[in-house]
Amino acid sequence: MISQELVDLSRLQFAATALYHFLFVPLTVGMVWLLLIMESVYVMTGNVIWKDMTRFWGKLFGINFALGVTTGITLEFQFGTNWAYYSHYVGDIFGAPLAIEGLMAFFLESTMIGLFFFGWDRLSRPQHLLVTALMAIGTNLSALWILIANGWMQNPVGSEFSYLTMRMEMVDFWAVVFNPDAQAKFVHTVSAGYTTGAMFVLSISSWYLLKNRDVEFAKRSFGVAAAFGLASALSVIVLGDESGYTVGEAQQTKLAAMEAMWETKPAPAGLTLLAGINEAEQKNDWELEIPWVMGLIGTRSITKEIPGIHDIKAKNRERIASGIVAVTALEALRANRTDAAAKQVFEQHKADLGFGLLLKKYVLDVRQASPEIIEKAVNDTVPRVTPMFWAFRVMVGLGFAMLLLFGLAFWSTVKSGCMQKPGLLKWALWMLPAPWVAAELGWFVAEYGRQPWTIYGVLPTHMSVSTLSVNSLYGSLAGFIGFYTVLLVVEMFLMVKFARMGPGSLGTGRYQSESVLAPAPAHA
Amino acid sequence: MFDYSTLKIIWWLLVGVLLVGFAIMDGHDMGVGTLLPFVGRSDLERRVVINTVGPHWDGNQVWFITGGGAIFAAWPLVYATAFSGFYWAMLVVLWALFFRPVGFDYRSKIHNATWRSTWDWGLFVGGAVPPLIFGVAFGNLLQGVPFQFDVYLVSTYTGTFWQLLNPFALLTGVVSSAMITMQGGSYLAHRTEGVIQARAIKGAIGAAGVVVVAFVAAGFWLQAIDGYRITSVINPSDLPDPMAKTVVREAGAWMANYGRQPLMWALPVLGVLGAVMAALLLAMRKTLSAFVASSLAVVGVIGTAGASMFPFVMPSSSMPSASLTVWDSVSSHMTLGIMFWATMVFMPLIVVYTSWAYSVMRGKVTAAHVLEQDHVVY
Repeated sequence: MISQELVDLSRLQFAATALYHFLFVPLTVGMVWLLLIMESVYVMTGNVIWKDMTRFWGKLFGINFALGVTTGITLEFQFGTNWAYYSHYVGDIFGAPLAIEGLMAFFLESTMIGLFFFGWDRLSRPQHLLVTALMAIGTNLSALWILIANGWMQNPVGSEFSYLTMRMEMVDFWAVVFNPDAQAKFVHTVSAGYTTGAMFVLSISSWYLLKNRDVEFAKRSFGVAAAFGLASALSVIVLGDESGYTVGEAQQTKLAAMEAMWETKPAPAGLTLLAGINEAEQKNDWELEIPWVMGLIGTRSITKEIPGIHDIKAKNRERIASGIVAVTALEALRANRTDAAAKQVFEQHKADLGFGLLLKKYVLDVRQASPEIIEKAVNDTVPRVTPMFWAFRVMVGLGFAMLLLFGLAFWSTVKSGCMQKPGLLKWALWMLPAPWVAAELGWFVAEYGRQPWTIYGVLPTHMSVSTLSVNSLYGSLAGFIGFYTVLLVVEMFLMVKFARMGPGSLGTGRYQSESVLAPAPAHA
Repeated sequence: MFDYSTLKIIWWLLVGVLLVGFAIMDGHDMGVGTLLPFVGRSDLERRVVINTVGPHWDGNQVWFITGGGAIFAAWPLVYATAFSGFYWAMLVVLWALFFRPVGFDYRSKIHNATWRSTWDWGLFVGGAVPPLIFGVAFGNLLQGVPFQFDVYLVSTYTGTFWQLLNPFALLTGVVSSAMITMQGGSYLAHRTEGVIQARAIKGAIGAAGVVVVAFVAAGFWLQAIDGYRITSVINPSDLPDPMAKTVVREAGAWMANYGRQPLMWALPVLGVLGAVMAALLLAMRKTLSAFVASSLAVVGVIGTAGASMFPFVMPSSSMPSASLTVWDSVSSHMTLGIMFWATMVFMPLIVVYTSWAYSVMRGKVTAAHVLEQDHVVY
């Protein structure tokens, strides 16, 4: 049997490396559009300050992008190295969007990014603008295909299990592509990225304005970021992930956990703003509720019910019982592929196969599962409520705080044109970490909330791992922590250094910060 | 459109195309990284070397990422078994690759000799280590790898990392390293001039010599090691089930395909001739032709390894019947079909815009150019 320690270490390594990768991705996804907007203004007006803006913010973008590329390869490798059974079991479906991402998007993005940095003197203005646009499109298509893959993990549509090949197989590619869960995720995640890019430019521009440095450069950057950020923050909230939450069962479970909804409430359910969660007794000691709102957000209706945790568990208990039959029949079929009786039983219970496999965490032979073990497996089917509930609330709170900030920043740009109030600028500076915190929490809610599954209802996490030794995991985890710590220190050092230097780092001779740091050294 | 057995063959060819594409494209900038500390003696010379691949390394690296993704999608069982079995080898490759994006982008941003020389050696590691490990991995595939499956098709690798470093595999590692160095040297010769070009040519000619000697030696050695042969009847259009066949290990089995298809001899001949031609053309300063010849050598060498093993992809030494082949480690008919069309649509586009990128950046990279574009280039 697979040791729990191996499973936990594999999860820890994946979570750590994915969360780390996700420090760089949202900024990349958002910055490309800001660069495109700035360069478009340059091409339309011919005012060179807009070219300098594109190049300077592009330089910071490049420092971030390098680590995005570095850490992205880790994630692709890890499905094979650490989640081998997962790769075998669902590679037929999950591998396709990953490969298409490479072919359609990542090639385009990576080729154009080289021309973006090196092509300024070799391309005409419209040609360079086209390169920037293709880079932006490539980046966002890349996010689309990755989220199609991820959406399928949450809501595995368009596929079927085959006992002959012992894996899930694709039956409807377009169902996988147009998985409503994936589409909702895509819109929500890229909007979060746009917000991150806008906050980055807004905060750093605010710092220049507070220091009264390169004011013409900074106020234009501030204005672009404020407008783009306002649109993005609105989109990220209005098109929140919740729009997809009633689509599949995985999302219903997640919804119940992050709303601490122990009981199914009569429709339309109220939105629990805050609650005292009592995990031991599976109830809330107190709740602060706004009536109706949850039902409206979650179901877009006033009559549909949103199932609570107790009802979800009761249903899962039945599915585990049926799953035991499915696993037993599957094992008979694997021993004898022509066993007609086993095949008939298997076809009837196949939909619950994954629930039977949940028991493999505790017993090899699922028929031996005692009522206590079955109860443990039932409890496993809903993630812990407390971290889900609070992670979600902090994320949403930060989202609204950012919306307010962008709203004020936009209003002040429109109204006063240039000089914003120092209070607003300081607030903008201090909000710099907010989109990253929100994005990481969003990742946590989506992926921790999917537990105990890697593919909801299909493949339990504990079965998905590679059969490695625990020592290998300790070794690789230590290696990742070491490499990633050094890389983060180096990246932050450069990012802070160049952000402080400001547009003077371009060496154009047009910015006051150059005289501050003169004589201009050879910074590429 | 295509039946299942045809698609299985097509995907064997397409994985080959992606591997060759990776070795030619990402290979040349890895080769440049390998040569960097040796052909660039001063900071300025090294900046010239780095900037020959500066605008392109990122796009080229996607050959590697897409190759991995395509193996995931088309051969999920190979992806799962190979990546988890070669766990530490894959991590070493991965960690070596870490040095490339940051090395390229961060190196010249700070004006400090220690900082820059540290990243130069980082770029060396990122360029030299992956081809060596991939060569070693191929050497192990040719000998078979100790793994087995249970009834759920969970794979377990029973060897160790050190076992991978056996003499035959080290020899194939040398072939791979030398081949990538030759590729990088030929490219560098085409994009530089003067003393850097002269050193690149010297390095590439030396590497070509090593390719020829090591590749021929590995070829003779291959006839002595145990290959694998399927002894049961295979129906190529069957659903993939890697446990359904029987396989034996026997000496010289990897030569059997050459007996059946004498035309296959063209591949090893291309490997040797390409390397020889690359060396001759470099000596004559015909750098672009030399790069083409070197790329053909890459096709020959990788083609030889793949074709000798066909239909095997990853033989198992400890449970030969569990060996992964072109027939029984593949995705479903539908997925292979979808991925085939995706490749047919996007691969030509990739070739078009990659060629455009190279043509925009064409010409020699010189010290004067680097100084003049100090704030733009790496």
